[in-house]
Amino acid sequence: MSDIALPTARIALVGNPNSGKTALFNALTGSRQKVANYAGVTVERKEGQVATPNGRSLSVLDLPGTYSLRARSPDEVVTRDAVLGKLAGETPPDVLVCVADATNLRLVLRLILELKAVGRPMVLALNMYDIAQRQGLRIDLDGLAREIGCPIVTTVATRKRGIEDLVAQVEALIEAGGLNADNTWREPDAGQIRDAHREAQRILKAHVRAPERPDTFTGKVDGVLLHPVAGLLILLTLLFVMFQAVFTWSKAAGDLMTDGFTAVGVFVAAHLPPGMLTSFLTDGVISGVGSVIVFLPQILVLFFFIILLEDFGYMARAAFLMDRIMGGAGLHGRAFIPLLSSFACAIPGIMATRVIDNKRDRLTTIMVAPLMTCSARIPVYTLIISAFIPNRSVLGVLNLPGLVMFGLYATGILSALGVSFITRRLFWRGAVEPFLMELPAYKLPDPVNVLRSLYIRGKIFITRAGTIIFPMMILVWFLSSFPGAPAGATDPAINYSLAGRIGHFLAPVLAPIGFNWQMTVALIPGFAAREVAVAALGTVYAIGNADAAPGALATTLQHNWSIATGLAFLAWYVFAPQCASTIGVVKRETNSWLWPAVMLVYMTSLAYLAALIVYQVARACGLG
Amino acid sequence: MLADPGKDAASADAAAVRLSAARPGDKGVIVDVRAESHPGDHGVDVSELQRRLLEFGFVEGARIEVLHEGAIWRDPIAVRLDDMRIGLRRRDAEDVWVQLDPR
Repeated sequence: MSDIALPTARIALVGNPNSGKTALFNALTGSRQKVANYAGVTVERKEGQVATPNGRSLSVLDLPGTYSLRARSPDEVVTRDAVLGKLAGETPPDVLVCVADATNLRLVLRLILELKAVGRPMVLALNMYDIAQRQGLRIDLDGLAREIGCPIVTTVATRKRGIEDLVAQVEALIEAGGLNADNTWREPDAGQIRDAHREAQRILKAHVRAPERPDTFTGKVDGVLLHPVAGLLILLTLLFVMFQAVFTWSKAAGDLMTDGFTAVGVFVAAHLPPGMLTSFLTDGVISGVGSVIVFLPQILVLFFFIILLEDFGYMARAAFLMDRIMGGAGLHGRAFIPLLSSFACAIPGIMATRVIDNKRDRLTTIMVAPLMTCSARIPVYTLIISAFIPNRSVLGVLNLPGLVMFGLYATGILSALGVSFITRRLFWRGAVEPFLMELPAYKLPDPVNVLRSLYIRGKIFITRAGTIIFPMMILVWFLSSFPGAPAGATDPAINYSLAGRIGHFLAPVLAPIGFNWQMTVALIPGFAAREVAVAALGTVYAIGNADAAPGALATTLQHNWSIATGLAFLAWYVFAPQCASTIGVVKRETNSWLWPAVMLVYMTSLAYLAALIVYQVARACGLG
Repeated sequence: MLADPGKDAASADAAAVRLSAARPGDKGVIVDVRAESHPGDHGVDVSELQRRLLEFGFVEGARIEVLHEGAIWRDPIAVRLDDMRIGLRRRDAEDVWVQLDPR
């Protein structure tokens, strides 16, 4: 440590996607990183700190990956503006670190030429240098450094090699101080891009010799994974294994958390005097937040697979294989991952739509994501199926309740495709964005990086979902608790509350779809989260502990509902936007109340229509 | 998919084909990257599509080989472009003209 405290310097990491930029960021900053959003846009801002041996503190910004400063997506706009020093609310970086995959230099050389025009001091980090060496790729580092006019450091981010060297070079540039030159960057036209490629080609030819042992592994693996038939089968198998894992691996942890939250609620209820505060804590805060946090294990398992496949290089292939299938419904190939996540919970799914460049493609994906059968629907489906669907086999091998469950999932998927198709046809005519995607070379995922990414994903879910869910839970609790039951009341307290009144008021509207007033009342607290409807039905039918022992509730429902009503309730739950948190996340991700409102209206209309058809048809078939 | 005969005079003389019509195993050199097919049909205008193609390395002189194609309507296609692999839709590849190597 020096005696005089040196001022903090800012560095920004720029580079192509798949250059190992995030791994380098992790290697530089370790656990000292913070994930937030850039002011006013839903682009993830990752910043970390690193201390130099001289005692200087560096603040490192990991900018979204890009092929060019000519920004095409909100992410790339952030990168461009940050590099140019024009990003609102951000101090311009003192030094740029351009991160390049040493085995794939062609495109990054063109980006470097653009970055040079900006005139900021820059270091080139040739990452994955070990792979380049293994392939026998010869890079004339001195010549290349002279040619592009900036120092070069070779790094292996996953093994933390070259990091000290990089920090030293950055510090040397900071000490040299100031801008190298004025910013002469202008958006290039087609001719200038061609010229830049020619220049990049010349530099490559002069200083890089083709690998002696080029990567043949990727080609061989692609031969199988991108095979038109085998590739799709492997993708489906992978999805199947993922879902099995999501529901089986996380079951124990999820159950443990549910029990934990219940125990905390019971503990609080036992140690505080009964009253509004206790009710607020147990029914509002603890059970409300608990009902969403219990999905954390599932989300972590799902993200574990997604991160693993992403780091391996498979996700670009999955998007490739799914593009035509999704494209038929007007969705972008990249919508595949967000929609996949939505099977666990629509909230991380909607947050994951940030990878989609085009605004309309992204909005369409956000709008249909909640139609994917999220795991919060499962308790509701299980309850109704166990009450109304006889457990018998079909065609000898299939089991009827299982078949109904499958049908509910399939209906969700098909309606998501249908809604997106219709949206594209009626409202947003015009084609989907071009699909142009690099298929990166396969790489073995680094366990430390996978765990770190997983930790960051989990933290983001808890903080973002938590801040949105909390106020929603309080609102729903307020509606279900105020005003309290009058003295000598015989019905459950919820009947006298605002939720009860709204339910009674809405009952005539929902009568044509076969819902009685008890169901309508239960739907109001059910807005907190879908599975809360199970507990709410328990409350209105005055059955204690409906969550833990659904058998009693199922029997009660059998006596009180017709089969047609049960089926209509299932149909309602396929479509209804019964999740305040999802609405909150849509508001946050679209920065407007318009889209959550549209979602609320269209999903409720679909739910009503579906329940109406199911109820009336079932009655006509004599199930009323 | 049909080429406009008037505009193709330069490419029609040699064995240049649109990348959108190439099949796995086809390889050659990119001879032209244009901005003309199906304006308004790509979600972005044709000159923007052209710039994106150029930025990804679809430039005149680049070596290209079609590696794979999708199961539905043989779309999208995966190509090796110099030393990279890229996936793209056939409709976005129409303005890339490739001089195929003799088989």
